[in-house]
Amino acid sequence: MSNLFTYTIRIADSALILGQRMAEWCSNGPTLEEDIALSNISLDLFGQANGFYEYAAQINGEKSADELAFTRNEREFFNYQLVEQTNGNFGKTIVRNFLYDSFIFLFYTELANSSDERISALAAKSIKEVKYHLRHSKNWLIRLGDGTDESNKKVQDALEELWQYTGELFEMDTIDTELMKKNIAIDVSKLRPKWNEMIDSTLKTAKLNRPEDGYMASGGKKGIHTECLGFLLAEMQFLQRAYPNAKW
Amino acid sequence: MSDKIFQEKIDAEKKIEPKDWMPEGYRRHLVRQISQHAHSEIIGMQPEGNWITRAPSLRAKMILLAKVQDEAGHGLYLYSACETLGVTRDELIQQLHDGNAKYSSIFNYPALSWADMGAIGWLVDGAAIVNQVSLQRTSYGPYSRGMIKICKEESFHQRQGYEIMAEMAKGTPEQKEMAQDALNRFWWPSIMMFGPQDSDSPRTGNAMKWKIKRQTNDELRQSFIDKTVPQAEVIGLTIPDPELKWNEKRGHYDFGEMDWEEFWNVVNGHGPCNKQRLAHHKRAHDNGKWVRNASQAYAQKQEKILKS
Repeated sequence: MSNLFTYTIRIADSALILGQRMAEWCSNGPTLEEDIALSNISLDLFGQANGFYEYAAQINGEKSADELAFTRNEREFFNYQLVEQTNGNFGKTIVRNFLYDSFIFLFYTELANSSDERISALAAKSIKEVKYHLRHSKNWLIRLGDGTDESNKKVQDALEELWQYTGELFEMDTIDTELMKKNIAIDVSKLRPKWNEMIDSTLKTAKLNRPEDGYMASGGKKGIHTECLGFLLAEMQFLQRAYPNAKW
Repeated sequence: MSDKIFQEKIDAEKKIEPKDWMPEGYRRHLVRQISQHAHSEIIGMQPEGNWITRAPSLRAKMILLAKVQDEAGHGLYLYSACETLGVTRDELIQQLHDGNAKYSSIFNYPALSWADMGAIGWLVDGAAIVNQVSLQRTSYGPYSRGMIKICKEESFHQRQGYEIMAEMAKGTPEQKEMAQDALNRFWWPSIMMFGPQDSDSPRTGNAMKWKIKRQTNDELRQSFIDKTVPQAEVIGLTIPDPELKWNEKRGHYDFGEMDWEEFWNVVNGHGPCNKQRLAHHKRAHDNGKWVRNASQAYAQKQEKILKS
């Protein structure tokens, strides 16, 4: 596996897995308008995943975009652990997405300057969508944080639960550093100050407390996941696995 | 007097608008029909929503999700059209939960395989279109305009469903079997979507006179069958009706007896998924309550800040 291939499917995997989680909301939203908004976000994420998988398929030439999505095992998925976390209540979904959207917005903004034209174009296209996702999760976080006591408690609890998955967003490994030398990859560790600012100012407006940095989970980029990813993949990949010779 | 002017307007094919005078029976009929239609769109999200997370390709996933999202959008248009008649969405949802408002019985059948996504698009949306095309000419303005918008999207859905069926019918033997099985299960419920036969349809009279309905149940059903039989032949699937036969003299297909006992059972709550569909909708609604409350509390706080 080339570094460029791995780098590309990492991005695709996070988009796909979060898209799948968001699709689970379909027909379960708190209002009809919100149901539509959540599906919209899911559709954007599947589109982003598809774009990056298609590029990865070209780089590697062994598996098509669909095969990459539907026939790899848990240990071969490189998404962040944050995005695989279950939806829980609407507040947990909003917190998870807000933590991720803030990061990925900064990430794509930098990545749009990548020397790899394809990656740069895919990132640039994604920025517009992610900007909307961020606005959506941020506005909801403020509404829920500064809504009722019940809603404030629910999102504060979700923050405490999910905070441990934010550390790995800023981790660098040799794939990142090797590709950085060619100006293809970006230095995610450098996104942290800006991310901190976005998080702190929003939490303040939302009347929420920033959790302490305690144990930080790690491993998504190496294919180490939490237990919930296996179930997600089992469901998502069922048809492709059960009928390997079929075209759909 | 107003009754006479109203009927003259209808007869002259003029649209009735929300602020126009209308007989109470006309309003009641519309609220019942439009809300039933809205609820059908919303409950109809469930059988297909249940396959989004298992769709077999990225493309299929996106198409299905977009389709179900369209249905939510149609529900919104229709609830809005209904609100122009002086009833709120909250009231309509309450009626659904209380069992006082109905939705199309077709959604009380389970979606058991990926081929069902094809069958639902092809047959269920196909039947809905026949009805909705006719309703584009309905006499109530907001409903008619809603239908025009909805029809454009529905015809995409039908084509996509047919595409899934066609793909599976020419696929592996297992896929073809799934496609035929889906057709077998959805055929009869689909043709019963048009409602009871004209001879048994108590409300057709006024609805035709007021031009809310433009064609009778039997006319619409026949038009759907005539359109669909050749489509099944093209992809090599067999419609599960041994009596189905082209009638040269009538210029239509003859078809077998529908099982009205089953139809009324499902309408009256005894179908395979009635309880499940309603429970799902209630659960989502109840789980969202704290979110809606928070949203309202936040809006009130903001309003206070703005005023002070």
